Amino acid sequence: MSVRTAPAGGRGRLLVYHALLLAAVFGAWWLMTEPLLVSEEFAKKMAFFFGRPVQVVVVVWQWFSGGKIYPHLAITLWETLLAFAIGSVLGLVVGLWLALSPTASALADPYIKALNAMPRVILAPIFAVWFGLGVLSKVALGVTLVFFIVFFNVYQGVKEVSPVVLANARMLGASRRQLLRYVYLPSATAWVFSSLHTSVGMAFVGAVVGEYLGSAKGVGYLILQAEGVFDINTVFAGILVLTVFALLLDSIVTRVEARLLVWRPRQAETESM
Amino acid sequence: MGDAAAPPAIALEDITCTFVSRGGVGRYTAVAATSLAVQPGEFVAVVGPTGCGKSTLLNVAAGLLAPSSGRVLVHGRPIDGINARAGYMFQTDALMPWRNAIDNVTAGLEFRGVPRGEARVKAQAWLDRVGLGGFEDRYPHQLSGGMRKRVSLAQMLILDPELLLMDEPFSALDVQTRSLMENELLDLWSANRKSVMFITHDLEEAIALSDRVVVLSAGPATRPIGEFAVDLPRPRDVAEIRMTPRFVALHEAIWRVLRDEVLKGYEQGKRKAATA
Repeated sequence: MSVRTAPAGGRGRLLVYHALLLAAVFGAWWLMTEPLLVSEEFAKKMAFFFGRPVQVVVVVWQWFSGGKIYPHLAITLWETLLAFAIGSVLGLVVGLWLALSPTASALADPYIKALNAMPRVILAPIFAVWFGLGVLSKVALGVTLVFFIVFFNVYQGVKEVSPVVLANARMLGASRRQLLRYVYLPSATAWVFSSLHTSVGMAFVGAVVGEYLGSAKGVGYLILQAEGVFDINTVFAGILVLTVFALLLDSIVTRVEARLLVWRPRQAETESM
Repeated sequence: MGDAAAPPAIALEDITCTFVSRGGVGRYTAVAATSLAVQPGEFVAVVGPTGCGKSTLLNVAAGLLAPSSGRVLVHGRPIDGINARAGYMFQTDALMPWRNAIDNVTAGLEFRGVPRGEARVKAQAWLDRVGLGGFEDRYPHQLSGGMRKRVSLAQMLILDPELLLMDEPFSALDVQTRSLMENELLDLWSANRKSVMFITHDLEEAIALSDRVVVLSAGPATRPIGEFAVDLPRPRDVAEIRMTPRFVALHEAIWRVLRDEVLKGYEQGKRKAATA
């Protein structure tokens, strides 16, 4: 969560500035690739490396109006969702287990560290061999990325349960199972939600990178294909679409988070009585 | 158990608590050979200098901590694990931050399998009783320190424990809120007299609330060094009773015993800080 201080004039003014900045970037891009201010040769070179903004927008427009993009987007989002859900549940279960069992934790510790330190994107080709070029291999890659984020957060969450809250629950008559359900789990899920932004982002990365490395569908596949024929406009169109969807996912996460973590103190919260 | 018809609500017999420091080299005896009993319906205050092992003693009574040696008897029977007949009010915040006020109060009933609807009705009544009607949906971070203490009080009392263990529950509150809470505690207590073991470092609070004041020595190896019956009339107002001559006399008598220990504790604290 970042705290932004709005400049004088408030939110509306800020939005205008945001739009202006975006327009400036696109304008600069456009000017560099059109032979108006720069030489024709330079413009051609720039267009080869960066594409032409108008063409990029046209490609995006055609994708959405022609309907060509929807199945690819659906696949990418589906992979993201699956990777996120499976990775989170696995991370939660294993995190709770290791945090509550010192022996298991001591035993697993070096391996967890090693697996986490390993650049896991390198597993993508192996997953392609194991699970084929379909959805599963991308989900597997996403899961390996999401799992560790959730796992470490849950582990931390359980370790940081206040001993006083724990002792209080025990005095109120909670059994071991009830402690798990009423104290450890809520505390751990709070940590999971606080890592939601990162883990959803990672699930998305897993899906796209997986597609990029070998697939028959998905936005990553579209980019891969375009790259094969040096269609730089389509590559940039794909990147644009991915960026917008990543932002959309992130805003959904922000909403979900605000609903589920109402009990969390926020900075300088005042309430009218 | 001799002459008394009913055995004490809690009896600590010859309790010693020795902690081994992390390396296994140093040993620290927090409490040594302490015996202490609270009769049914009796309000006992335990005072001692800060850091003398008062909380250790309370944790032993609660069953949260097993003593190195000695026995804990509840109504004449040794306890096994948590003391299920006791309610515990902690010095620091003990509410579950992810539950709002009413859900915190119902927690104990939920653990016992009481149906949700029934638990909520009871919890509502208790919240009203501690003056928090209308604050059911507030989460702990939205409540003031005094309000959180009230929720803790309701959370403990809803289970109708026979023994209340209180570990400096009001020490973090400002003076005004504190005497308000003390009066409220006395009101609730006099309605159906529970046994209370109230730990504090504040002698005035101890005398104002209790039937009996037990003075502990400075640590290490804390043990009781004095016991004073408080024969002030009830019902009491904690703010007003401080002005009465009998209160002042009691305070003087107990302070004479406590002062040396406080000084000792202070010296030890200084030495510890110097060597650290």
